[in-house]
Amino acid sequence: MIGYLKGPGRVWVGLALGAVVLFVLAPSVLSDFRLMLLGKYLCFAMVAVGIGLAWGRGGMLVLGQGVFFGLGAYLMAMHLKLSDAGPGKAPDFMLLYGSGVVPFWWEPFRSPVVTLVAILLLPAAIATVLGLAIFRRRVKGAYFAILSQALAAAFAILLIGQQTTTGGTNGLNGFRGFLGYNLFDPVNKQLIFSIAAAVLLAMLLLTWHLYRSRYGELLVAVRDQEERVRFLGYNPANIKLVAYAIAAAMAGVAGALFVPIAGIISPADVGVVPSIAFIIGVAIGGRNTLLGPVLGTILVAYAQTTLSEQFPGFWTYFQGALLILVIAFLPGGLASLWTVVKRGRRPGPPSAAPMAAAAADPALASEQKVSI
Amino acid sequence: MDVVVGQLFAGLSQGSILILIALGLALTFGQMGVINMAHGEFIMAGAYTAYVMQGILGDAGISLLIAIPMGFLIGGVMGVILEAVLIRHMYGRPLDTLLVTWGVSLILQQLARDIFGAPNVDVGSPSWLQGSVEVGGVALASARLFILALAIACVAALSAIIRFTSLGRRVRAVVQNRELAETVGISTRRTDRLTFFIGSGLAGVAGVALTLLGSTGPTLGTNYIVDAFLVVVVGGIGQIRGALIAAFVLGLLQSVFQYSTTASMAKVLLLIAIVIFLQVRPQGIFSVRTRSLA
Amino acid sequence: MAKTSQLPQKSRLLSLGCLALVSALALTGCGGSKVGSDTAAANTSSCVKTDGDTIKIGFLNSRSGTMAISENTVYAALAMAKDEINAAGGVNGKQLEVVAEDGASEPTIFAEKAQKLISSDCVAAVFGGWTSASRKAMLPVFEGANSLLYYPVQYEGLEASKNIFYTGATTNQQIIPALDYLKEKGVKSLFLVGSDYVFPRTANKEIKAYADANGIEIKGEEYTPLGSTDFATIVNKVKGAKADAVFNTLNGDSNVAFFKEYTNAGLKAATMPVVSVSIAEEEVQGIGAANLKDQLTAWNYYQTLDTPVNKKFVSDFKAKYGADRVTSDPMEAAYTSLYLWKATAEKAKSFAVPDIQAAAGGVSFEAPEGTVTINGDNHHIAKTALIGQIQPDGLIKTIWSSDQAIEPDPFLKTYPWAAGLGG
Repeated sequence: MIGYLKGPGRVWVGLALGAVVLFVLAPSVLSDFRLMLLGKYLCFAMVAVGIGLAWGRGGMLVLGQGVFFGLGAYLMAMHLKLSDAGPGKAPDFMLLYGSGVVPFWWEPFRSPVVTLVAILLLPAAIATVLGLAIFRRRVKGAYFAILSQALAAAFAILLIGQQTTTGGTNGLNGFRGFLGYNLFDPVNKQLIFSIAAAVLLAMLLLTWHLYRSRYGELLVAVRDQEERVRFLGYNPANIKLVAYAIAAAMAGVAGALFVPIAGIISPADVGVVPSIAFIIGVAIGGRNTLLGPVLGTILVAYAQTTLSEQFPGFWTYFQGALLILVIAFLPGGLASLWTVVKRGRRPGPPSAAPMAAAAADPALASEQKVSI
Repeated sequence: MDVVVGQLFAGLSQGSILILIALGLALTFGQMGVINMAHGEFIMAGAYTAYVMQGILGDAGISLLIAIPMGFLIGGVMGVILEAVLIRHMYGRPLDTLLVTWGVSLILQQLARDIFGAPNVDVGSPSWLQGSVEVGGVALASARLFILALAIACVAALSAIIRFTSLGRRVRAVVQNRELAETVGISTRRTDRLTFFIGSGLAGVAGVALTLLGSTGPTLGTNYIVDAFLVVVVGGIGQIRGALIAAFVLGLLQSVFQYSTTASMAKVLLLIAIVIFLQVRPQGIFSVRTRSLA
Repeated sequence: MAKTSQLPQKSRLLSLGCLALVSALALTGCGGSKVGSDTAAANTSSCVKTDGDTIKIGFLNSRSGTMAISENTVYAALAMAKDEINAAGGVNGKQLEVVAEDGASEPTIFAEKAQKLISSDCVAAVFGGWTSASRKAMLPVFEGANSLLYYPVQYEGLEASKNIFYTGATTNQQIIPALDYLKEKGVKSLFLVGSDYVFPRTANKEIKAYADANGIEIKGEEYTPLGSTDFATIVNKVKGAKADAVFNTLNGDSNVAFFKEYTNAGLKAATMPVVSVSIAEEEVQGIGAANLKDQLTAWNYYQTLDTPVNKKFVSDFKAKYGADRVTSDPMEAAYTSLYLWKATAEKAKSFAVPDIQAAAGGVSFEAPEGTVTINGDNHHIAKTALIGQIQPDGLIKTIWSSDQAIEPDPFLKTYPWAAGLGG
């Protein structure tokens, strides 16, 4: 595991390894179906990178990342729906459930350029406005967590209520093409997968630079002692705002890529439960590290797909128990297991570490399966 | 006019439900800064207590009256176990507590599914709570009046405990300054445990009451938990009266929004109202003044 | 944690450059086919194995999440049909081998698992789905891979796919007969209550068009979020509106809260009956028969149907799963769907999708609800509409019947008043 940063060399080796696995190994070994599943996990992992930044480094428990994920996803889905419908025409579901008139706020997204710009900017812009309101008034800790969770709830309810313009509970699906390329063609599926993989690696690189910069240190300082940073003459609100906005942008991009890969986006993917699910992977992988959130998220998503196939009920117990054990007794996540073992000291009560290790072992083994 | 009175009553009733589900949370959150996501599942446990009691006793009236103290006991015991096994180890990490208790809530939900089955169970209302009471030409549902009375009783009882008993004094001391309270010889461990018992017990009572209105199923708690937290956040930490005012204001607002728009829009509007309110008063309606920086 | 050492500026630029290169390569290196080109059908070659002693089929139901309550019963009915078919020698001489997947009540998971069943497990057909959202999510998957889905639940109509067989009712076999019944009983005004999702909204659109044409006044239309349990305001509105009847398209948990509130507000079936289209025998148990006394439902099957086929179906089901279990319309439709697939495959003497599609028209089966026949044009089935009244024991008694099977008309083409309804 390369989750624990030591020197630049290790990160480069890690990224190169990741690139080889994602660009060469995965497409040649996995079936189309499995490759698309892995593509979905990569999208979740992008959200996780942002959460690692905002929560792990910035101490902001972002319980509502589903909102930004959903924004990016719906923007992309709107564009795909419009381009499938053809110039000047309305998407199929609008003809079916509504008046067949495309609402004015859909129109700009006929253009792929506008859509891409909006995907990059809109989630970040909304996060900035929200963050300004929240951080300036020094709303933090639990209050921030609850508010962001309530936001996710409200967003999902809003989407469901507007069936004629957002597809309601059905969400948006049935896309035929992505920027003109046929989505059913295996070659194009691999292309989209490669884009997702490249974007994820780019995000990791960006985050790595952030962590090593002066800003990264300020962010950690704000997390640990906000008042002292204030006394030093910085404005903690602005420092947090940047991390929150970047995390939102990452979630937005992730959502946008999720749509052509999964072929659907619905309110069930953006509400309270998926928002917390994003957090779980980060917590289990190790929120403080660069790669921990990514690997943790992929691991949890993979475990969910495989375990829930066999034992739907058992998966819930497993997920709950894993969350409790890791957070309560191994707050650094599985990534810290490495250091714990190396230094020969245990972070929690003596009974906890072996249990966590036992839970981690098969999990680590299966993670290998994903990436190969 | 009838409609106005009817909606006013609906709002008050909604407020009484909100205060019932949020009262225990306000107590534990205020005392320990702990966000207990499993609070919703304690509510669910209370509802299932009512179901089991009805199965044993048969008569809906007697079983309801017995289920209320039983629900308190079961919710309370679950709370104490949670406090002793997990939360005690996590002081100073409120956000982590939130996630851990969410894990607990997942497990409790699945447990309910495995014990009682995934479908909802039917808890009958006693005959004296069916139908409605006419007040000035407006029919007020008896079940809702009962819940209103129960909520008032719970608030009164809790206020009395906080104000007049030695436990109450200790709780107030710990809320204001944990270290100082410890210095003067208050056992914060014991106080915490008792607080958690009472807070979680109140969730159990809320669960029993909710069977009169809605369905009893494994996901009962999740339907209410976000609302409960919003009441606490708006009310301000560690203040029963704050939660009380917040619950009734939110209840009335919801009923107004719901009547003038739709049920979905009402929820969204309510959340926007809360965000705006927190701009004005980030610490809620009331906040405890402390000298600590944090 | 974070190191203070900084990378030289050059190396940072280099790294970003590398990345841009990689993504550019990924973007341009391998261009696939464009929309509309011939390879669009590249994926349609099926991987179904038909040379062994068994044939694989998929069951895709929500075994977890909010819909598990309902979909577990469908799964049970499907499993029973499979056991019966296997005991009687299978289909085309092959034993059925089931791959069961959990849709987890989420449309996205349904789409993913449908893809898995088709492309990884290579099943010949998939049975399942419940909510409209899950069906809509699966539809492009089945069309893209040219595979088959048998969908067993009544739905909102306005859909027909050559890759889906709809064995539940469409609107002209359930909702319109219910409206006809109400009109016959002299109902002049209606109040519409529904959960906020596709089925209630579309159904209500159709109900409003019907009401317009038949001089029925719509006194109000209310939607609540799925899972909502606060009905004080809505019942208050219903009470104030004084409609002759309420048309209820609420789903799941909300029904419990709605009917408790309804009873508490002093409203009764005798003065303002509620017609429900999503409450079957299974749901009555959870809501409590006392809260539903004498209220009306519209379906195509009730456990109380007095036919030899149904008596056997009910007693077999109870023998297999327990005497306290009930049977309901979606369960019966799911059970029927497996037999309809069997009959079609035997008529076609093949498991290939094009053969099944070609042979389907006119295939019929003696189902517990009566004789059902597949309509070859729209892949729905002809069914008899039944209005029922909920009894104190929780079962539903038929009080009105369309007497003969109604031909499915998902787009309501034969109803002049429905001309403006899109689709």
